[in-house]
Amino acid sequence: MKKHWWKILSICLLAYTFIAGLLGPVPRLPLLQETIRNLYFHVCMWFSMMILFTVSVVYAIRYLRTLLPKYDRASRLYAGTGILFGLLGYSTGAIWASYTWADPNIPLLDSFSTIARDPKLIGAAVALLVYAAYMVLRDSINDIDKRARISAVYNVFAFVLLFPAIWILPRILPSLHPGNEGNPALDVKNDISSSMRIVFYPAVLGWTLLGVWITQLKIRLKKLEDKQFES
Amino acid sequence: MALLIPTNPAAENATNNLDVMRKIISLLKKDMLLELRQQYSFYGLLLYGASTLFLLFMALESPEANVWNGLFWITQLFICINAVAKAFLQESKGRMLYYYTLHHPTSFILAKLLYNGILMLVMSGISLLFFILLMGNPVDKMGAFLGLVFLGGFSLSLVFGFLAAIAARAQQNAAVMAILGFPVIIPQVVLLMRLSATAFSPLLEVPLSTVLLLLALDALVILLAVILFPFLWKD
Repeated sequence: MKKHWWKILSICLLAYTFIAGLLGPVPRLPLLQETIRNLYFHVCMWFSMMILFTVSVVYAIRYLRTLLPKYDRASRLYAGTGILFGLLGYSTGAIWASYTWADPNIPLLDSFSTIARDPKLIGAAVALLVYAAYMVLRDSINDIDKRARISAVYNVFAFVLLFPAIWILPRILPSLHPGNEGNPALDVKNDISSSMRIVFYPAVLGWTLLGVWITQLKIRLKKLEDKQFES
Repeated sequence: MALLIPTNPAAENATNNLDVMRKIISLLKKDMLLELRQQYSFYGLLLYGASTLFLLFMALESPEANVWNGLFWITQLFICINAVAKAFLQESKGRMLYYYTLHHPTSFILAKLLYNGILMLVMSGISLLFFILLMGNPVDKMGAFLGLVFLGGFSLSLVFGFLAAIAARAQQNAAVMAILGFPVIIPQVVLLMRLSATAFSPLLEVPLSTVLLLLALDALVILLAVILFPFLWKD
């Protein structure tokens, strides 16, 4: 029980997110209206994705320093869950954009190329492509030790070079996306209202803990698989 | 940092900076000599660039400035992949082992990056010349654009140089390099394209802060390569 408190916390926070997020008060803004509730889901996916990728790169560094296979396993699986959250972030974003950004007079697919040019979408696409490449690189190497070491090196290299894509490009290119000055969704003054913040921050924590939980299960499964493979 | 770098027998010898510099220069000389002896690979690269350009020349006549700009940088990207790929992929396993006993990983990777950079500077100049000959010259501020082309070529060669090291260790070809490299290079290419777009219009100034940003990114890549290469190198 002592070790599992955070799982219960995750469930409670997510239940709170769904109930308070769908029923609680939200500011009525032109164009956004009720779709603003998607903030508790869409934005949290990106936060969780970045946190999970960061965890993955921390494990990659730990692997390089110790060369213990367990760190490599964790690094690989945290990156996998990160990709899952990224894809979910994309789909929630696509739904949101179809109600707010897309021109109602032309079909959604026709406005896609304009929407996808948004710098935050570029950053997200770069992040997902990088980690997809990481997976391809891993699977292309047969030797287990070599695979772990080379992919850890690429993980660190790509993660560091991801920062310009995520933090510099959005400040240079024009964007429709909110939160262009400063840090998106963390800006106290002119971003989200305080009534939303009391749902948003717990939601980020809840989704991230869920991601960690999923990954822990996957790690345990993989450990068993590896054990079976060895014997 | 010192804890991160695994030791190898050559590491203890290369303690002072002068020694590192001398080793970098000797490795650089070796690569240059190899290039001179095996000229076919350089001519192959030239032919690759020329035929890509000729294809573009056939596909469209006198493109607008922004199309010209986009095509130019995409061509640079592909030339860079091919130029840089061979720097690591041409080294056989036995020869790598030989270098391992002789050199510190830092001097080895720095020499390789420097050599790639020089190769790419030459290639950038040549491909710009071809581009202006075949596709017309929409550039207004030639001096600034030339500087950007060299800076861009050098930046691309740094990133792909390190990725070539990864691809070579994974025993993969240049295609894997492209998969690994394209997502990572996007921010730099976007910055370069936007910067060079200012060289096309007489009214726009080239923003110095973005140039400095690119230089900072280059420094970051070199730093990462120096920190991470020792792990690739050890088998």
